[in-house]
Amino acid sequence: MSVDSILILVALTNLMLLAYSRLGASIRVTAAQGILLGLLPLVASPHAGWHAALIAVGSMALKGVVFPRLMFRALREAKVQREIEPFVGYNVSLLIGVAALAVSIWIGQQLPVPGATISSLVVPVAMFSILVGLFLIISRKKAVNQVLGFLVLENGVYTFGVGLIQHTSLLVELGVLLDVFVAVFVMGIIIFHISREFDHIDTDALSSLKD
Amino acid sequence: MTMQPATLIPPLLALALAPLLLGVINRTKAVFAGRRGQPLLQTYFDIWKLLHRGAVYSRTTTWVFRAGPVVGLACALVATALVPLGGVAAPLWFPGDLFLLVYLLAVMRFFTVLAALDTGSSFEGMGASREVWFSALAEPALLLALVAVARPTGSVSLSQILAGLTADQWVHAGIGFALVVGALIIVLLAENARIPVDDPNTHLELTMIHEVMVLDHSGPDFAFILYGAALKLWVLGAVLVGVMLPVHTGSAWLDMLVALAGMLGLAVIVGIVESSMARLRLLRVPQLLVSASALAVLALILAMR
Amino acid sequence: MIFALVLIPTLAGLAAFLIRPDGPRRGLLMTTAVVQAALTVAAWIVRPAPVFGGWLALDALGLLFLGIISTLFLAAAFYAVGYLRHEEHQVERDFEEGFLFANAPEAVFTGCMLLFLASMTLVTVSQHFGLLWVAVEATTLASASLIYFHRHHRSLEAAWKYLLICSVGIALALLGTFFLAVSSAPAGEEAMPLLLGDLVRHAREFHAPWLKAAFLLLLVGYGTKMGLAPMHTWLPDAHSESPSVVSALLSGAVLNCAFLGILRAFQVCAAAGLAEFAQELLVGFGLFSMAVAAVFIFGQNDYKRMLAYSSVEHMGILALGVGLGGVATFGAMFHAINHSLTKAMLFLVAGNILAAYRTKISANVRGVARVLPVSGALWIAGFLAITGSPPFGAFLSEFTILRGALEQHRATVAVAYLALLAVIFIGMATPVLRMAQGEAVNAPQDRGGREARLSVVPAMALGAVVLLLGLWIPQGLTNVLQEAARALSKGF
Repeated sequence: MSVDSILILVALTNLMLLAYSRLGASIRVTAAQGILLGLLPLVASPHAGWHAALIAVGSMALKGVVFPRLMFRALREAKVQREIEPFVGYNVSLLIGVAALAVSIWIGQQLPVPGATISSLVVPVAMFSILVGLFLIISRKKAVNQVLGFLVLENGVYTFGVGLIQHTSLLVELGVLLDVFVAVFVMGIIIFHISREFDHIDTDALSSLKD
Repeated sequence: MTMQPATLIPPLLALALAPLLLGVINRTKAVFAGRRGQPLLQTYFDIWKLLHRGAVYSRTTTWVFRAGPVVGLACALVATALVPLGGVAAPLWFPGDLFLLVYLLAVMRFFTVLAALDTGSSFEGMGASREVWFSALAEPALLLALVAVARPTGSVSLSQILAGLTADQWVHAGIGFALVVGALIIVLLAENARIPVDDPNTHLELTMIHEVMVLDHSGPDFAFILYGAALKLWVLGAVLVGVMLPVHTGSAWLDMLVALAGMLGLAVIVGIVESSMARLRLLRVPQLLVSASALAVLALILAMR
Repeated sequence: MIFALVLIPTLAGLAAFLIRPDGPRRGLLMTTAVVQAALTVAAWIVRPAPVFGGWLALDALGLLFLGIISTLFLAAAFYAVGYLRHEEHQVERDFEEGFLFANAPEAVFTGCMLLFLASMTLVTVSQHFGLLWVAVEATTLASASLIYFHRHHRSLEAAWKYLLICSVGIALALLGTFFLAVSSAPAGEEAMPLLLGDLVRHAREFHAPWLKAAFLLLLVGYGTKMGLAPMHTWLPDAHSESPSVVSALLSGAVLNCAFLGILRAFQVCAAAGLAEFAQELLVGFGLFSMAVAAVFIFGQNDYKRMLAYSSVEHMGILALGVGLGGVATFGAMFHAINHSLTKAMLFLVAGNILAAYRTKISANVRGVARVLPVSGALWIAGFLAITGSPPFGAFLSEFTILRGALEQHRATVAVAYLALLAVIFIGMATPVLRMAQGEAVNAPQDRGGREARLSVVPAMALGAVVLLLGLWIPQGLTNVLQEAARALSKGF
């Protein structure tokens, strides 16, 4: 499996997330995306040494196993299956996704990478993930979907880091991983409380605070 | 442009074998359902039978209604002359013929829709509106997918594109081709009114798309429509097989055999898809078609790099 | 010593989760705050040596913000102990909508508060951009559960917005950090380790478009956390729904931590000769934040939200000061201290008012000066201080920023700045003075003018410092402020 094909599969998972209404399926797709990205550094530089392998395995375990479990737990607690009425419909979401893809390609052309990269697709795919993540956060009502959007956004940033920067330090990567883990964990707890407080996890009900 | 006698083979095969594809699809579905099913040649019998019947025309219809099936069949016939098969070029080819193919299919649909509207029946109007809605989404997917294949070969003629594809390119840019094939399969299913977009065997007019539009045609007119639909399936199938199996063994006969086997295989695949999937809810169909466009765009972007 | 600064609150925080009885846990909170403050004073006297290969070090900027954080936390810790004693462990009745709710376990609250202190300290001592990011995100995570102390739907909403918006913003800052790394490898070389000192030294060789993009992303990312408009939307909700002591820490300390992130990025930009680009952005965001705050302060009927918008305003002033450069940078650094201390004091007093009147609607509060004489006096003093009236410190710092604008001949900026300050003064004066004066109409219990010591002494101490800074700035502080301003103008 080459770097390019991994990146394209990541782009495809983004499109799938835009089209899916079933939350369970979205969680699985996000998990698959996490595992794909975990493979990325291993495929890009197979001889990078034990610390790259450690990070890769850690992030795969976290994004492929731990996060999906947390999210599925939240789903069980909240007893929801699917997002029924998002702010933006699924067809329009897909079309916006295609447009976002075009924008990402354009950004990739505007910012030529000065150093070495593992693939010319890194910047476009990373930007695409970031845009899709942001879009999911603002266009979906279910709290679970918003957390998935955050994860996709984070995955985009991670793609960028893996693709363009050869030597990041172990400490920082572990710290980033830990932060993301705690963030998702805390979000999971809050989702649990939201479902207990409101009997659903629609975040558009969170609207009592405003000016 | 000189026409070689060999180039007549693909259209002749199309004319002769297109109805057989429908037979194979139906037989596959029957086998999956545990039935014996109709004869493989049932579509030929149907067309033959219909040609010998008289046509009935409602007094409210005009010449548009009568022109629909004729123009539709004419478009389909021209389209068969544009599509190569198994390494043999089509009798008609020129730069840009892939756009002509797309628009011939569009004209065919346009006249079918006009004929349906001409009846003034509310059912047919409903079917027409769905057909137009879905094909408006399927058309960009088809065009983008064809352009994505055209890009690496540097030609905009179907015959040259399919002749220029090699198995090597599948190895190098496999994922791009896979995306194109995915998009083309979805377009094929949608354009030919197959499950999961439309159910050709349904008996409830409310759920129909294509079938409901041709309810009022009878006799030779309906035979034309049936034959035209078979040709359309063949044409799109030939393009798909050309992309999926770019085999160039050196022997034209062998290539042709591979291509024919590919067509039959495709018919079996469609049959399997129809047996294993349920029809999508109408509201979900556009999503499927937009995903096809998304796949095609992704493939195009890969090809543009 | 730097290790001790970070590790002591971390360990104390972890321990607080485990300690069952309330007494020792509260003691631990106060002890840690005192130890942290003592260590900070020691660091001010003798600058500690960098540790961990230069990843952790205290420069003037870090020292300044560390000082602010430790002072605030000291005040907040003592106030929190009084607050926790007062908060009942059983179910309470919400005073706005009348439903019943419980509080989060006190151990979680104390533990998170200490971890919050640890992460903020880590922000001030980080010299590595990656580590800085990790620390800033950690402050968000530690404080989210503090906001959700009262377990009801409004605080839940505030915590969710805070967590989601800030996490997204900070993810963008991480992208900015990566951009910075890419810009540091101009000709296909390997990217440098992101140590501030190295980056500043080699900034001239960096790839300018990537560096600009990096600064923009870091500004938007950390700016979200800092509360710069238009990314401020989480801020009023979080500040109004969290317990007042948490609001004080959020407003006075966290916002400054995020600001420090922006300043680090600014240092690199300044060293690379892109100071003008960065300054224009900062001036724009600064004035816009002030304008947005002015619009929302006017007619704001929730006094905690009013204070929150005032924080947006002051973050705008800080950005503006750094953006103007020159003497205004010094003013901005000084203003960071003044704003933090004053705002924390105001939030602590607001907590007292809230506890006595059980409403956040300013129109329903009358006669604070009679019912709570000390808090009433502090409330008015705090208002005067935060709006930049003499003789408080904020007057000096805001005036210095104005001088900076005039010295640069940027009359439009100066006029807009003054006009917005005036609007905000009027907007805040009306509710604040109304609340302080008049007959007490619906104060539920008259305590005969007595107030709990722990609820007023921290605020009084903070107020005294702000007043002192308006009259006399110690030499040691001036030196650090000047060093910090120099670091921002030259990049090192």
